[in-house]
Amino acid sequence: MTTTEKPDYKVIGTRPIRPDGVEKVTGKALYGADIHLPDLVQGAVLRSPHAHARILSIDTSAAEAMSGVLAVVTHSDLPVVADKVLDMGEGASTASDMSKNVLAADKALYRGHAIAGVAATNVHDALTAIEAIKVEYEVLPPVLNVQDAMRDDAPLLDESRHTRNPDGEESDNASNVAAHNRFEGGDVDAAYAEADVVVEREFDTKMVHQGYIEPHNGTANWNSDGTLTVWTSTQGAFAVRGALAELLQLPVSRIRVIPMEIGGGFGGKIGVYLEPVAALLSRKCGRPVQLTMDRTDVFQATGPTSGGHMKGKIAVKDGKITAAEVSLAFEAGAFPGSPVMAGAMCMLSPYEVENFKVDAYDVVVNKPKVAAYRAPGAPNASFCVEQLIDELARETGVDPLQFRLDNSAHEGTRMITGVAHPRIGQEETVQAAQASDHYNSPIEGPNRGRGVAGGFWFNAGMQSSVVASVNPDGTVNLIEGSTDIGGTRASLAMQLAETLGIEYDSVRPTVVDTDSVGHNDVTGGSRTAYASGQAVYEAGLDIQQQMVARAAQLWECEAEDIEYVDGALRHTSDSEKTMTFAELAGKQMETGGPLQGRGSVVARSPGAAFGVHVVDVEVDPDTGKVDILRYTIAQDVGTAVHPAYVEGQMQGGVVQGIGWALNEEYYYGEDGRMENASFLDYRMPTSLDLPMIDTIIVEVPNPGHPYGVRGVGEVPIVPPLAAIANAVHDATGHRFTELPISPRRVVEELHNLQ
Amino acid sequence: MPRRTHIQTTLNGEEIDFLCEPRQSLLEVLRDELGLTGTKEGCNNGNCGACSVLMDGRVVNSCCVLGVEAEGADVVTIEGVADGDTLHPLQQCFLEEAALQCGVCTPGFIVAAKALLDSEPDADEGRVRHWLAGNLCRCTGYDKIVRAVLKASEMEEVSA
Repeated sequence: MTTTEKPDYKVIGTRPIRPDGVEKVTGKALYGADIHLPDLVQGAVLRSPHAHARILSIDTSAAEAMSGVLAVVTHSDLPVVADKVLDMGEGASTASDMSKNVLAADKALYRGHAIAGVAATNVHDALTAIEAIKVEYEVLPPVLNVQDAMRDDAPLLDESRHTRNPDGEESDNASNVAAHNRFEGGDVDAAYAEADVVVEREFDTKMVHQGYIEPHNGTANWNSDGTLTVWTSTQGAFAVRGALAELLQLPVSRIRVIPMEIGGGFGGKIGVYLEPVAALLSRKCGRPVQLTMDRTDVFQATGPTSGGHMKGKIAVKDGKITAAEVSLAFEAGAFPGSPVMAGAMCMLSPYEVENFKVDAYDVVVNKPKVAAYRAPGAPNASFCVEQLIDELARETGVDPLQFRLDNSAHEGTRMITGVAHPRIGQEETVQAAQASDHYNSPIEGPNRGRGVAGGFWFNAGMQSSVVASVNPDGTVNLIEGSTDIGGTRASLAMQLAETLGIEYDSVRPTVVDTDSVGHNDVTGGSRTAYASGQAVYEAGLDIQQQMVARAAQLWECEAEDIEYVDGALRHTSDSEKTMTFAELAGKQMETGGPLQGRGSVVARSPGAAFGVHVVDVEVDPDTGKVDILRYTIAQDVGTAVHPAYVEGQMQGGVVQGIGWALNEEYYYGEDGRMENASFLDYRMPTSLDLPMIDTIIVEVPNPGHPYGVRGVGEVPIVPPLAAIANAVHDATGHRFTELPISPRRVVEELHNLQ
Repeated sequence: MPRRTHIQTTLNGEEIDFLCEPRQSLLEVLRDELGLTGTKEGCNNGNCGACSVLMDGRVVNSCCVLGVEAEGADVVTIEGVADGDTLHPLQQCFLEEAALQCGVCTPGFIVAAKALLDSEPDADEGRVRHWLAGNLCRCTGYDKIVRAVLKASEMEEVSA
């Protein structure tokens, strides 16, 4: 579905097969754990059995003496690093916190916190050896949720941490609240006093994991010349290089990160866990070392996203939202850095809200340090706001999509940050959902209900660079540095082919290591098709300009007399003089030598993404099971470069949201042990749990991109939590304010009602 | 080092032998001893299906099978699904239907789906969803995977 006129593209909008496809369906693609090197040894990591404990001593002597053991490392092998902020792309951390997270220093702050690493001739010997490491702990009481952590008498994770308050000052007392921020505008109290309806509720969500199928891995070779080579599955090879440089105190030029294929990330494979440990082990034993996590490690010791507690109060007068007051407290895990600010800045952005007061608390707890997860912070916050909006629509007797349309933000509407929206597709997206077959079909039968919700995500820009080398046969090698998680090789090759007016198959993209291309920020923030696409476009224009100059040289005319159209060069006044891209590509030696185009951007106009979801559910009142009967997602994608891959992002994000809404949670015992750290007990959706996911592609081109591209990947996970809660309310009359809406919770809450 | 056992088996149509420790899983043998890394480890306890291989025509999680159990068996991995340069219809349909994103679960899905279509070439959507419930995918939401399997089931090479 197209809502705005767009140019007649030749490649953009088609559905070609991805360049890396055959390797991936035949098992030949090499992921991080697939790398085998001469002399490679394996390792294992000892992890804390306690959620909160002081580390009194670590004795590695017995492990070091075991047969097959080559090296043992602990935090003391890491250099001391400054408190410098490291922004790896989605979520910042300080170098010293990252260092303490990689290998625990004086305290273990969550169960699974890495204590020591071992390298051995095989993984079984390494696993045996970590059991021989003697650690003396002073076990401390853990804090496991934000309410407990914010109490005055709460055990402190770090006695030296004080709250950074909205005024920029630090609190007098030490606290688990790392930061409190506030956005304020207008006069909420006056708006509440004049309102027709005010609704107010509290909400809770649990920590959840990205759930990528490939566990983390890291392979390192510390060469005898002091250079370090690392093979890893990461969303950003340059982010890994930068983190390693800080943690190991090496110049970035000495570190080469080779990005292997990646088995999913969703934000969770931006930070470093195993790579620095493998590097230290390799330096100590003089051989390449490979570390891989098992699934329990992935759950317990990588970064999930925050659970938290939220309070919301929204007022309506004459069908318009007049005031919103929301307080968000998110778990950061063991070190500061939850996505609470992103949640705060997103949740009201689809709407016009003049009077607002939003508080955001970043709270440390004895759980793994959170990492980015697809639109980090926004799904939780929207779970709160979009349910309150549903309630307001009901109380005022307005259709819930019409209520959203009546209150929609548009070009010029200011977000709570004060930034005005550029051209956005919020209204078009709501209208697309209103016009859908799904929304116009009746929902009938007992225990069935329909829910809707909207969502917003900023999308990111950041830095990308590419090089495109023209081959004598008219094909092009595109050298890029953006990790391809779901088809970006294809979407970038398509944009280059479009710019050059050549066939998609004529462009061969390759993702290369950090020595082989300029800096590229992470594949995250839904930025790659947009920002790396812009770099590709610039490289294409660069090639066009060079080709025009070379044609001028061949035809002995001025460059101004030549135009580049549809993959060919033409003399504007002499129709005899034409040359195809391939013909000129074959004349490189006689026209100045190898032809390379270069694109380098700091992309600053990502174009925000909006999605509106419609879902039908059936609730079994006896078992508490919620079935998804039908699901439709409408989303403004700007321009769908590869519509099938766009649909895939939409469908995948929705299904992660369905899991979050209905089943997924980190389930903790009082001792701080995660009791469901396996795919059996942390239940992600299977094919049997789901219907087909219907997609409606809305295209309101992003004015900040040559082809109108907006980021696509993240916003689909924002609405499902609230959309499903709204549908379950429609089916049962009961509002679920705590996630997940699991069979147990449904039975308990419905039973208590009766 | 524990004593290693000599195992003879058929792997992707070829008779081979290998040595393995009793504690090594078939997954570990395939990946670390035989260099066949197309079979992936996602959980190592039988919950995700990324390590699916066929043993005597049945889908098994190779992380939950010992290497020594391959003695005398007929094992097919993702590396044995295509016929030389000719992709299996499932592989072709996964590409055409955009049924993979990161691709790490893809080998397991293709192997599991092959076992289904080998025995039930007319499987419908409900049957496909039920059969593939042992394979986790976190990227696609399964929509395009199910469509790819159904499309492959309609191709002549499979239904013949």
